[in-house]
Amino acid sequence: MSVFLAKRFITLLATLIGASIVIFTVMEILPGDPALVILGVDATESSVAALTKELGLDRPPLERYFDWIGGLLQGELGNSYAYKVPVSELVQGALQITVPLAILSMILSVTIALVIGLYAAANHNKASDVTLMGVSQLGISVPNFWLAVLLILYFAVNLKWFPPGGFPGWDQGFWKCINALILPAVALATVQGAILARITRSSVLEVFREDFVRTARAKGLSQRATLWLHVLRNAMIPVITVMGLQFANLLAGTVVVENVFYLPGLGSTVLKAINNRDTIVVENVVLMLAAMVVITNFVVDILYAVIDPRLKAHDI
Amino acid sequence: MTALALMGLLPENASTTGSVNLDGENLLQKSEAEMCRVRGNKMAMIFQEPMTSLNPVHTVGRQIMEPLRLHKGLSKSSAMQEAIRLLDRVGIPNPAERVSNYPHQLSGGQRQRVMIALALSCSPDVLIADEPTTALDVTIQDQILELIQTLVQEEGMSLVLISHDLGVIAENTDNVIVMYGGTVVESGKTDHIFDQLTHPYTQGLFAAMPKVGMGRGKRLTTIPGTVPDLINLPSGCTFTDRCPLASDICAGNIPPVNQMEGSHLVTCHHLQQAVSARSKGLYE
Repeated sequence: MSVFLAKRFITLLATLIGASIVIFTVMEILPGDPALVILGVDATESSVAALTKELGLDRPPLERYFDWIGGLLQGELGNSYAYKVPVSELVQGALQITVPLAILSMILSVTIALVIGLYAAANHNKASDVTLMGVSQLGISVPNFWLAVLLILYFAVNLKWFPPGGFPGWDQGFWKCINALILPAVALATVQGAILARITRSSVLEVFREDFVRTARAKGLSQRATLWLHVLRNAMIPVITVMGLQFANLLAGTVVVENVFYLPGLGSTVLKAINNRDTIVVENVVLMLAAMVVITNFVVDILYAVIDPRLKAHDI
Repeated sequence: MTALALMGLLPENASTTGSVNLDGENLLQKSEAEMCRVRGNKMAMIFQEPMTSLNPVHTVGRQIMEPLRLHKGLSKSSAMQEAIRLLDRVGIPNPAERVSNYPHQLSGGQRQRVMIALALSCSPDVLIADEPTTALDVTIQDQILELIQTLVQEEGMSLVLISHDLGVIAENTDNVIVMYGGTVVESGKTDHIFDQLTHPYTQGLFAAMPKVGMGRGKRLTTIPGTVPDLINLPSGCTFTDRCPLASDICAGNIPPVNQMEGSHLVTCHHLQQAVSARSKGLYE
């Protein structure tokens, strides 16, 4: 097990180093001078040059790259060019929204998926299965921002159960914040849950055809006991793979839904920073996202080994 | 298929007709819940594919304990003791250690031994072995069959052995049913059948066996043609297309059951020709 973990950990570090190089290079190539964006198009050449020097952007790229990484290792992210505040402060505010939102969406998505997927698989080819799969097809087809608008119209404007948008901040109380995150979480979880439900169903059905399921039935286990005791764990590998991908997507790819609900999450922060050519913010946030994705994959890899003892054996 | 039908484990869209009698009860009339109490308890099964018949994510101990806890209501610790005893019984060395192994850590022969331990766990009345040695190499085949034979005698179980290996059948059975295309073509005492091969298919099976001293370079005898499509079986004798004795009557009419010596039954339209063909061989 420890060899397995060590190998995975080295992969994790290598991926992060690679990602940091790619991110830095892309931001170097990206046209647009931060100093020029801050000062506006009317700025004189000398003031632009002075600001460039002040921001430290006149130094060679390699020096700035190692500066950045060195700072990261000491927990120092630098200051935003556009807002003159520490990047860590900007990111912290965004993380307080994005991470709880991602977790809430994931819980919803997995609940929807397991309930629908298992029920449909247990009732394979019956009316309930066909109906549920039809509904999930609908869930996949609906764009999440449109669903978000519908949810706001019905649950926030008509029923007034939830706020239509915005985020009160965690100092305003736990339930108030959760309340503000429920509608965006539902909007995000519907599509992902529908996809995951279909994967759960097909994976369970595939495992049901395995020989060991016949053995379990020959032991005298009922169809339902076989599903819970023998099929489920074997069927979880593809489900967990997709769950990992979906969680990464929830952390980084929710800009549109965040905007519909006026949530200043990580996606919105990075989008604003790109428009401002606030390269230091972009670099740090994107690297952080990459780190979260890589760590999610790391956790998924460990889960594989926990679920299937054969994987551990192959790696050692 | 036949074995799965006996266990009531055919796919949902299959329909089973006739009757399966165990202890005077027709299993086909039992509900699914009642069948769950029969399977693994009164009737157990060993499958053809030991490599895939065990759940890869559970230890073998846990898999053997399952029927014990289900049918006998044993506690976890006593089920574990019993599992270790069973592993020892089927000849697995170091059973106390092996019990916490996963199937991938065992060889094919050992996995089949685990399957046998599993089938044996609740001392069933009937043991169905569906080609139990097909996937194993020859030396292991012999050990496994010997093990099954010993256990059957010591536990007083009935054995239903499904095999295409005539040597295996001759050594391990009292009665034989020869089946072709889903129907019984010949049945009787093993000794009678091996002495008096009658049905053209049975004769073909024997002719196809390699014989000691038949000489190098000589081709094995085969039954011409291929197995019929099970969805479009002929309405009469299922062996019609491949039978050297077939005539117009065979394809459309179900052949009569002819009684030979004792309980020896042969299902054929051309019994006399088949009997007289014994000496010279039908497929030369």
